[in-house]
Amino acid sequence: MQNVMAICKREFSSYFNSPIAYLVVTVYLVLSGALFFSTLFIEGQADMRQFFGLAPLLFFIITPFLTMRLLAEERAQGTLELLLTMPITDWEVVLGKFLASVGLVSVLLFLTLAFPISVAEIGPLDKGATVAAYIGMLLMCATYAAIGLMSSSFTKNQIVAALIALFIGFGLFIIGQMVQLMPSWLAPFCNAISIHTRFQNIARGVIDTRDVVYYLSMIFGCLLVAQTTLESRRWR
Amino acid sequence: MTDNVMIRVEHLLKDYGTGRPAVNDISFDVRAGEVLGFLGPNGAGKTTTMKILTSFLAPTAGRAEVAGYDVYSQSLEARRRIGYLPEDTPLYHDMTVLEYLHFVADVRGLPKSSRNARMKRVVEQVGIPDRLGMLIGELSKGYRQRVGLAQAILHEPEVLILDEPTSGLDPNQIAEIRQVIKEIGREKTVIFSTHILGEVQATCSRVIIISDGKLVADGTPDELTGRKTGTNTVLVEVAVASNKHDPLELIRRVDGVLAAELVPVGSATARMYRVTAEGGQDPRGDIARVIATVDGLDLLQLTPERASLEAVFRRLTTTSTASSDQAPLAAAGGM
Ligand SMILES: Nc1ncnc2c1ncn2[C@@H]1O[C@H](COP(=O)(O)OP(=O)(O)OP(=O)(O)O)[C@@H](O)[C@H]1O
Ligand SMILES: [Mg+2]
Repeated sequence: MQNVMAICKREFSSYFNSPIAYLVVTVYLVLSGALFFSTLFIEGQADMRQFFGLAPLLFFIITPFLTMRLLAEERAQGTLELLLTMPITDWEVVLGKFLASVGLVSVLLFLTLAFPISVAEIGPLDKGATVAAYIGMLLMCATYAAIGLMSSSFTKNQIVAALIALFIGFGLFIIGQMVQLMPSWLAPFCNAISIHTRFQNIARGVIDTRDVVYYLSMIFGCLLVAQTTLESRRWR
Repeated sequence: MTDNVMIRVEHLLKDYGTGRPAVNDISFDVRAGEVLGFLGPNGAGKTTTMKILTSFLAPTAGRAEVAGYDVYSQSLEARRRIGYLPEDTPLYHDMTVLEYLHFVADVRGLPKSSRNARMKRVVEQVGIPDRLGMLIGELSKGYRQRVGLAQAILHEPEVLILDEPTSGLDPNQIAEIRQVIKEIGREKTVIFSTHILGEVQATCSRVIIISDGKLVADGTPDELTGRKTGTNTVLVEVAVASNKHDPLELIRRVDGVLAAELVPVGSATARMYRVTAEGGQDPRGDIARVIATVDGLDLLQLTPERASLEAVFRRLTTTSTASSDQAPLAAAGGM
């Protein structure tokens, strides 16, 4: 655990040394802020529905840029060799890096609390649903981060890592949007693996164990694949 | 304690899948207190061997132990006892030196109580106390190398594995780093690869030469250069006043002389011969007496010739040049 924290700490603080993280966070806040306040002022509606509706879309686009360097850069720079020859397991490396990216995403989510707070200033806020939606967003972002980390373990090229993550994230998003087009026997399956559908369930204010388990197992699966990819150097 | 085997390599073989093993059935032991120079031409398999010793890669066949722990099945225990400086010193360029060393101390589990004292000592040992606040990416190569060395020795490892620790350094820095290696090598075990042969004679108590994945020499620098074993080579220079006697004939008849040949020196009156004698025999006395008894011959010089380490290296590693030449720029980095 001490090792995980060491990795996490280093990774988290190195976010603040790179312009990419600042850029991504700024772009995200500007975009979501523009969306949120435009509904607020133009339509005169003080609610979170618009924001929560677009959140999944924005997150699958931005998290790849926050996770792409996690392992790819270490591989490209050769620092991975030094890291993995220290007395630390591959799993600890993966977990530490995952937690660091979740940490950054949490900062991002924390900043967006400005939106529900402004809604509460203006009118009634469905507190329960908002809290649930935030928990859902955190789970969803963590899942995107795990997907991004996994993608980053596949290559030494950060752009490739980001594209793989985008592709997978997009797939898991769009599959929920296309349920109507699917043959009926396939629809339940599509709903089951859609990150978006799961989030919509939670954002309604009901935290169902099945949804939480879905996210947690997605995360665990991706981290396991990342670990296996790191380990594969020893059986090639 | 001195016969403690700290590194044991047994029939190590690594095939990257190219069909031609990068490391081909290598075996050797290194004891505590030894500084082992690991030599070989480009692409010989030095880096590959080190990557296996540090558990970064797994061997295709054979095994290796560090401090009594198998580097594959007990890799964490082995890694705890190793300090490693990979080729090209990969470091996090976006961290300051101090941040980086703290990170290494965290991962290495250095106790908080003794950490600062230890760090101070190491930083002074490698000569970077005035660079602690700088970003690693802004350091010169030599200083980066020092930071790499600092991270390798921070936890006082029993075994230090350094892949070309002095490449790209200026002569002063090389001398300093050598000094550090020597200091550590007094109690610990050090194995380092290099292409600078002078460095080996200055620093190592033992040398291993590999070529094309195979071990071709293993011994002390003196043993390798033939001072203690093998044949004796002597250079004989004779002033020849008349052509009555051929010194070559006389020398060849001396007891224990295996061969003698003329070495061209471009002088009308003096001739130089390279004389090879049986191992353990010093033919110099007999040669001197034989020459002295002959009129018209004067002995000018009689010196034992020691093969330089470079000559030994070239002789042992050029037989396989054809194959190793194909990969002179072998990128040894990672995956
Ligand atoms: N990742 C890899 N994949 C395939 N072949 C490799 C890999 N790494 C090294 N090799 C090959 O293995 C052989 C040994 O390489 P290695 O890097 O161990 O040599 P070296 O002795 O360290 O050479 P140098 O003095 O140039 O650093 C070379 O022929 C090289 O091409
Ligand atoms: Mg090498």
